[in-house]
Amino acid sequence: MTDQDVPTAGETEVEEPALIHGAPSSLSRDQLVVHVDREKYIEIITALRDDGYAFCSDVTAIDYLLAIDRPLPVGVRAERFEVVINLLDMQEGKRIRVRAQVPEREPTLPTLFELFPGTEAMEREVYDLFGIVFEGHPDLTRILMPDDWEGHPLRKDYPIGRIPVQFKEAPGPR
Amino acid sequence: MTDLTAETDEGAQELKPRSDTSDSVRALEQGAVLRGVSHDDVDVEVSDDETMIINMGPQHPSTHGVLRLMLELDGETVLRCKPVIGYLHTGMEKQAEDLTFLQGSTNVTRMDYASPLNNELVFSLAVEKLLDIEVPERALWIRMLMSELQRMASHLLFLATNGMDLGAISMMIYGFRDRENVLAFFEKTTGLRMNHNYIRPGGVAADLPDGWREDVLKLCDYLPSKLDEYDELLTGQPIWRERTQGIGVITTEQAIALSATGPILRSTGFPWDLRRAMPYLHYDQVDFDVVVGSYGDTFDRYAIRLNEVRESMRIVRQIVDKMPAGDYRVQDKKVTPPPRARIDESMEALIHHFKIFTEGFKVPEGEVYVAIESPRGELGCYIASDGSARPYRMHIRAPSFVNLQTLPHLMRGGLVADAVAIISSVDPIMGEVDR
Repeated sequence: MTDQDVPTAGETEVEEPALIHGAPSSLSRDQLVVHVDREKYIEIITALRDDGYAFCSDVTAIDYLLAIDRPLPVGVRAERFEVVINLLDMQEGKRIRVRAQVPEREPTLPTLFELFPGTEAMEREVYDLFGIVFEGHPDLTRILMPDDWEGHPLRKDYPIGRIPVQFKEAPGPR
Repeated sequence: MTDLTAETDEGAQELKPRSDTSDSVRALEQGAVLRGVSHDDVDVEVSDDETMIINMGPQHPSTHGVLRLMLELDGETVLRCKPVIGYLHTGMEKQAEDLTFLQGSTNVTRMDYASPLNNELVFSLAVEKLLDIEVPERALWIRMLMSELQRMASHLLFLATNGMDLGAISMMIYGFRDRENVLAFFEKTTGLRMNHNYIRPGGVAADLPDGWREDVLKLCDYLPSKLDEYDELLTGQPIWRERTQGIGVITTEQAIALSATGPILRSTGFPWDLRRAMPYLHYDQVDFDVVVGSYGDTFDRYAIRLNEVRESMRIVRQIVDKMPAGDYRVQDKKVTPPPRARIDESMEALIHHFKIFTEGFKVPEGEVYVAIESPRGELGCYIASDGSARPYRMHIRAPSFVNLQTLPHLMRGGLVADAVAIISSVDPIMGEVDR
């Protein structure tokens, strides 16, 4: 929660990617994006929440396995997974997107549940479909897939199509 | 008995006896929203042998599809609730990665099947933002017209099912009857009653049909008297009020903490409507009111939707006046296929047509998040493109999925009969919840 004297949003970022609470930011099609790593994830989101981004509208993730060389601002180390948090400032009517890099070997992130209780289901969905573990989440179980499902379907190394049918007595793969 | 338990076991998603439940999970099931604030007051000390855990759904007419709820009951009172979802999960986000941007809207339109045009709209807006193209004025107004008509149709469906869930069977007939009029206009315009694939990246699929003005105005003349009838049938009726007032109450603070949007958030008196707060299309050029409630209960959510139909009609009338002439899709050859007539006379047009429908168009690298106000709340679309003709990742922020999290909170302490009213007032569309 080290509050730096950096402007929070909007005005000055247009010229060059500025720092928001010490994290590099960028503009993606005029939308403000902050890139954070795991260590400062909670710290920066807490700071953003205190800045007025008090509504967490979306939590999702991307598996960049096939596009690892995506453009990122200087100083951000590309990892395989990215968790994307969309925060909303309801007073000013502006959005900010937090992209957190999550490495493949240890896909974990602290949970946002204490900050935004509404992320409960969304984090479960990310866990279910990407296998990213949110540490401290009260009930991290599969939410969309069956409980005994193997693998995480939205990962890029999870093939589409021929998958073993999971239900008893059902005919096998086509 | 044990066999039955094993066969219906939901594993980790099961609502377990209190002795097997950790404190944090139990607080969640009891609907504690703001940790620390309400942590103390959620616990009613009941021993396990006095309460009963029952299962409601997934095949239950009032669950609007395949929503399953596990409820812990003390007599008639709901103590804990856990929504179990995923029965309709078909991997649409995975499938979207395999479809071109042109085909993508056929996929998203099947998510929220009660308001498919809104899904197409948010997808198209996101793709257009990535492509950085300007959509012609007429297309924007057509989109607004369709999305407001869709809001009317969706809310009429809500009124129908909400009435039915609370025993007003005639309301179901009326709601479906009046919604059909809107769908008839959709059929005339898009060819289909649902899942239109009408709003596409670059504009809309076809121009409005001849005589659309008369059709829309006829609809706007027809509906007000019917809405007044609903008012008479439900709004002022003592039984309806008894069943809905003070049931499933939520405060602004709690709704925001749970990321709830749409009528749930507005029912608490918080005027948050993306059409007003962060206008897209031309919503800043039309005059309408954001309907809010004051108590955050089931009645408010009903009344908001009823009155939003009226507001939508107001917007539709303004759109009819303001509809400009011009193209209904962008004249950018990269995105738009050539006109049908050109294909017969020009080899290049035929090749172009073939290429655009087989290979699709390439979208520059980047990622965007676009959100619109669907009848259920903030409908967002997050697309990441790697520069190819298919999205690298497409995610829909489904309002129903997020809003469902309010259920344990809304239900706590209520009666089982009210549970039905509450599910109905959250208005979840399971296609969108499970995707």
